[in-house]
Amino acid sequence: MSILLDENSKVIVQGITGRDGSFHTKQMLEYGTKVVAGVTPGKGGIEEHGVPVFNSVAEAREKTAANTAVVYVPSRFAKEAILEDINAGVELIICITEGIPVLDMVEVKSAMEGRNIRLIGPNCPGAISPGKSKVGIMPGHIHKPGPIGVVSRSGTLTYEVVLNLTLRRMGQSTCIGLGGDPVIGTRFVEILKMFMDDDDTKGIVMIGEIGGEDEQVAAEYIKSHGDKPVVGFIAGRSAPTGKRMGHAGAIISSGDSTADAKRKILKGAGVTVVDFPDEIPGIFEEKLIK
Amino acid sequence: MKIHEYQAIEIFQKEGVPVIDGHIASESGEAAGIAKKIGYPVVLKAQVLAGGRGKAGGIKFVEKQEDLEKTFRQLQELKIKEYGIEKILVARAVDIKEEFYVGIAVDNLRNSVVLIASSSGGIDIEATARENPGAIRKFYLNKDKSIDKTRWLEFICPVFKDSSHQQTVTAIFQGLIRIFFDNDCSLVEINPLVIDGQGEIFAADAKINFDDNALFRHEDIYKMRDLTFEDPDEREAEGYGLSFVKLDGNVGCIVNGAGLAMGTMDMIQLTGGQPANFLDVGGSSDPEKVLNAIKIILKNKNVKVILINIFGGITRCDDIAKGILEAKKQLDISAPLIVRLAGTNEGEGQELLTQNGIRTFSTMREAVSQAVRLGRES
Repeated sequence: MSILLDENSKVIVQGITGRDGSFHTKQMLEYGTKVVAGVTPGKGGIEEHGVPVFNSVAEAREKTAANTAVVYVPSRFAKEAILEDINAGVELIICITEGIPVLDMVEVKSAMEGRNIRLIGPNCPGAISPGKSKVGIMPGHIHKPGPIGVVSRSGTLTYEVVLNLTLRRMGQSTCIGLGGDPVIGTRFVEILKMFMDDDDTKGIVMIGEIGGEDEQVAAEYIKSHGDKPVVGFIAGRSAPTGKRMGHAGAIISSGDSTADAKRKILKGAGVTVVDFPDEIPGIFEEKLIK
Repeated sequence: MKIHEYQAIEIFQKEGVPVIDGHIASESGEAAGIAKKIGYPVVLKAQVLAGGRGKAGGIKFVEKQEDLEKTFRQLQELKIKEYGIEKILVARAVDIKEEFYVGIAVDNLRNSVVLIASSSGGIDIEATARENPGAIRKFYLNKDKSIDKTRWLEFICPVFKDSSHQQTVTAIFQGLIRIFFDNDCSLVEINPLVIDGQGEIFAADAKINFDDNALFRHEDIYKMRDLTFEDPDEREAEGYGLSFVKLDGNVGCIVNGAGLAMGTMDMIQLTGGQPANFLDVGGSSDPEKVLNAIKIILKNKNVKVILINIFGGITRCDDIAKGILEAKKQLDISAPLIVRLAGTNEGEGQELLTQNGIRTFSTMREAVSQAVRLGRES
């Protein structure tokens, strides 16, 4: 098993004719992802890398029974694209687009209320269940199927961690980038729950960063539900206060949102917190193999 | 993006939020004219886009006309967090009986817009939130952004006891809600909101921050941006589509992705070095960006070594290598370049550099330790 994505995931690419959408559609197809439809309003009827393009998500769903959508459309149109997915009943939406206004995401989140829809992102690398399905922009070849679940607020830092795991022959069940924005679809705690319930996930890596309170909430959950080993890394120990470190969410605005405060809280919840990403595989070798 | 108090006051006035009479002045003669019109005593408030203004002495009372010029000059000579003062707000001095905090922000964990009110105004609201969370009242806005009666009274009554004050504050909040949504704000704050001796309510300060991601649909707001309070290198980087923050060390960093950039800085610091900057070249694959990133880093004379740590996803390593070679050609780079390339097209990228005599490292650890060593030796 894995979480969120598996070999049955049927994917719609929104913005498939755009530069990023087209490039990553090809990459996803090469990885083996079942990309069954693309959507670009006004371009219905053509094909992109052999994938039929439709004018709307509703039409794409009707013709292909896709259950997952990935959004590559530019930030100023992304809200409408996600709302279209919500209205068409897509079960899993993964939004790669960065730079979406926060109030647009507040509106999206309120439209999702009470509906059984999961959104990952925005401003994220997407998700991958190695060997089964890759939906997003991460380089597929660094991943390998296996027992470690990876959940992160970052993109490239996640690749760094995954490569280190793979080089030590430690594969991954599913890897998910949650996104670097203040308002996001899914947070640590929800993914941690899924990993704890997933039989094939034996250990979990969570990669956090400065800003916000997600790691603190996750620590509360791990304290009472942590029956699998969790290894944590928090980026931004060298970051000054009050300066935004790239991600809109990565800014130290109070004493509680520093890397050191988060490390302390996670340690208190039983998480093994490492100083460097390349220390993570060694911790699992100790905890899982003995 | 942040704007000055006097600019926020103008926005407040348009939405009917009561503010204290006052005007902005750049020189003392102008200030004297304003003070004469509104009547002494007045308050002079330095306009800076940095916190801690009160503690730094940026707010001064002037009792009588004779003292105005001297106090005005004092403020002009003041530096707050290295920033000079260009504009000073001259406002009527209000006799303050009570101070409150009111504000609107986005509560990330609840994915919702939250209104905040507290009777502990005028001080560090975050400290209050930590030490005495009960003193802070919150009201989460529903989808329709309306103020529904029952929940509203529960929110407002414990903070404002008098019913006429409750009415005024409700109208103030309605104005702030319009400001917040119409302008894509990330924060609208009055601290303190004051009640004077006559029982009148005024905003004695005004703070508005905007969501940078939404500025594309608010040209009028973007025009209010005051560049004098921004680091020129950070601004230049922004123009190139780079995210850059200057720091104190000597290891210049160029990384793709904010998380990996922070992780790289952390590793430098924890292994005995000091990062000179945060720099995220972003998610696109453009050799030009690397060239510009090196340009910006070379402006910092403290930089003794440049570390380039790339893990390609969207970014392709061969594009990064092309950018590095172009920079070598165009710029006079005396600092050693330490390059680590991994991910998409890493083989092509490494080969390009090796052919041109630039060694590449395969792990982040090796590259960082080499950069730290060179930084310490210099």
